[in-house]
Amino acid sequence: MHLKKLMTTAALAALAIGAAAAAQAADKLTVGFVQIGAESGWRAAETKVSKQEADKRGIDLKISDAQQKQENEIKAIRSFIAQGVDAIFLAPVVATGWDPVLKEAKDAKIPVFLLDRNIETQDKSLYLTAVTSDAVLEGRTAGQWLAKQTNGKCNIVELQGTVGASVALDRQKGFVEGIAGHPDLKIIRTQSGDFTRAGGKQVMESFLKAENGGKNICAVYAHNDDMEIGAIQAIKEAGLKPGKDILTISIDGVPDIFKAMSEGEANASVELTPNMAGPAFDALIAYKKSGTAPPKWVQTETKLYLPDTATAEYTRRKDLY
Amino acid sequence: MNQRFLPLIATIIVFVVGYLFCALQFNHFATLRVVMNLLTDNAFIGIIAVGMTFVILSGGIDLSVGSIIAFTTVVLAVLIGSWHVNPWVAFAMVLVLGGAFGAGMGAIIHFFQLPPFIVTLSGMFLVRGLAFVISTESIPINHPLFAQLNDIVVVVPGGSHLTLIAMVMLVVLGIGTVLAHLTRFGTNVFALGGNRVSAQLMGVPIARTTISIYALSSLLAALSGIVFSLYTAAGYALAGTGVELDTIAAVVIGGTLLSGGAGHMLGSFLGVMIEGLIQTYISFDGTLSSWWTKIAIGVLLFMFIGLQRLLTVVWAAKASAPSRPASGKAAPADAAGPRPQRA
Repeated sequence: MHLKKLMTTAALAALAIGAAAAAQAADKLTVGFVQIGAESGWRAAETKVSKQEADKRGIDLKISDAQQKQENEIKAIRSFIAQGVDAIFLAPVVATGWDPVLKEAKDAKIPVFLLDRNIETQDKSLYLTAVTSDAVLEGRTAGQWLAKQTNGKCNIVELQGTVGASVALDRQKGFVEGIAGHPDLKIIRTQSGDFTRAGGKQVMESFLKAENGGKNICAVYAHNDDMEIGAIQAIKEAGLKPGKDILTISIDGVPDIFKAMSEGEANASVELTPNMAGPAFDALIAYKKSGTAPPKWVQTETKLYLPDTATAEYTRRKDLY
Repeated sequence: MNQRFLPLIATIIVFVVGYLFCALQFNHFATLRVVMNLLTDNAFIGIIAVGMTFVILSGGIDLSVGSIIAFTTVVLAVLIGSWHVNPWVAFAMVLVLGGAFGAGMGAIIHFFQLPPFIVTLSGMFLVRGLAFVISTESIPINHPLFAQLNDIVVVVPGGSHLTLIAMVMLVVLGIGTVLAHLTRFGTNVFALGGNRVSAQLMGVPIARTTISIYALSSLLAALSGIVFSLYTAAGYALAGTGVELDTIAAVVIGGTLLSGGAGHMLGSFLGVMIEGLIQTYISFDGTLSSWWTKIAIGVLLFMFIGLQRLLTVVWAAKASAPSRPASGKAAPADAAGPRPQRA
């Protein structure tokens, strides 16, 4: 049949073109990034920053958005293996169930970098390295700043993240470490605000009522910026000045906290950088060049931001989120 | 060529043209590895698509399959991980459970004369809810058998391999094709979907057929759950959300009439492959939003529903027209395609 002949010819042509193209592109690194989705502002910022960091280094970055589904992430990993990419970046949506597909990547000799979250596996050789932040260090940085700012004397209230979340536990642990050795720095009240603005506001309102209208509170530490923004609202409604009457310190570095800082309503934020890909790219380039494997855990930079740079940081960030 | 095969031919053309289009754009696309990936990654959808084809051929719908996948994975994880049940026994248990659940839904649909949409919708909520009650967390399955089963592969050229779950899917597809097109049960399903009343008058056992259809669909959904648990080596109550709709779309793209009575098992398989192809294209491209998958599937669905409607109208017009001799099968003049030419 005509049709059959045509198809065979076309298929052969496709193969020939494919082979020719494969021979051409050799020196430019190609990385496949399996991203969870765009469920939060931070996640979207991470995707955007990854693209920018790839452009900076002349790396061809292919991004696959898994719409929060593990099966989509597994499919994407397989198609990246089929494409023969030089490395796969994976932000795993859940911690379990990666062994079979990562084994395929290993068999194909494609290094896997975990971004932002870790996985549960008995075979650590399935991935080259995990690039994540150090949540304990974030908490410690916040605690140390507050100790310095108040000369070691302050009644603190704490807004915790979701109960049992590893990030919340680590940020609490780090903060306690940061204020250790200052007997007059005391956490007088602590409760979960569930990482949300509404939760932060509600819990702060009850704290203010319980502590003599807020007169006993010298600072509020929140496990994320969103809860802090809620708390700032509650402080204002109670007739106090956030940032002056009650100091604020929180973690994440989202645009709105920089806005609050530039308006004098917040004092400091420890950034959880959305740039997880940058350090991973650097590790990949070093690995390809000299064959040296990076450490199993690459920590991203933990940086404290203060009101003096807030306006500039806000303009830099508002388009990312 | 029987004109009933027209939708199936359209599906084959879409798949072949789609694959060629992808292969022309990307290197490494026209490789065995991509084909093997398509089979492995879509094995769990392919298996439920076989069951769904029977359901839709009979004029019904089954919305519970995605939830059954999730439930099966969670039950397996708990049985094997916490209760230390032998995995083979656990597999048998979930299959029996799945089949019984489907038979129950089929019985309710038949004896209470309820629309399958509502019955299977409640089944979907019920089963998904149960899965969450058991565990909201993703539970890893670390049994050595899972690793062993995942290691069973047929190596194909090009450094790739045909996995066990892909083989399971192909076997299910083979059995499903025989069952649908070569057995009395299959004929009954087609008759039921074509016209329920005349099927009854012809002596088709309506009750038995309906119950069997939904039992089969749920049984295959449980099998798909086993495959899914092998695929991710974990049990998770959120697994397989929306899979029922992807499967229904695949069956319709595969040329099965949504109102029942006409279609082909092979088409459903190709429908699944077309969906997988679109996803693969988007990963290969690497810059497109993955939500284009849904848009592309939506457009394809519209095209195929349009085609079906058109064909139905044409068939109806032909049927009511004064009868012409020969329905085409025997008449050589009807084979209108170009004759093979010698070069």
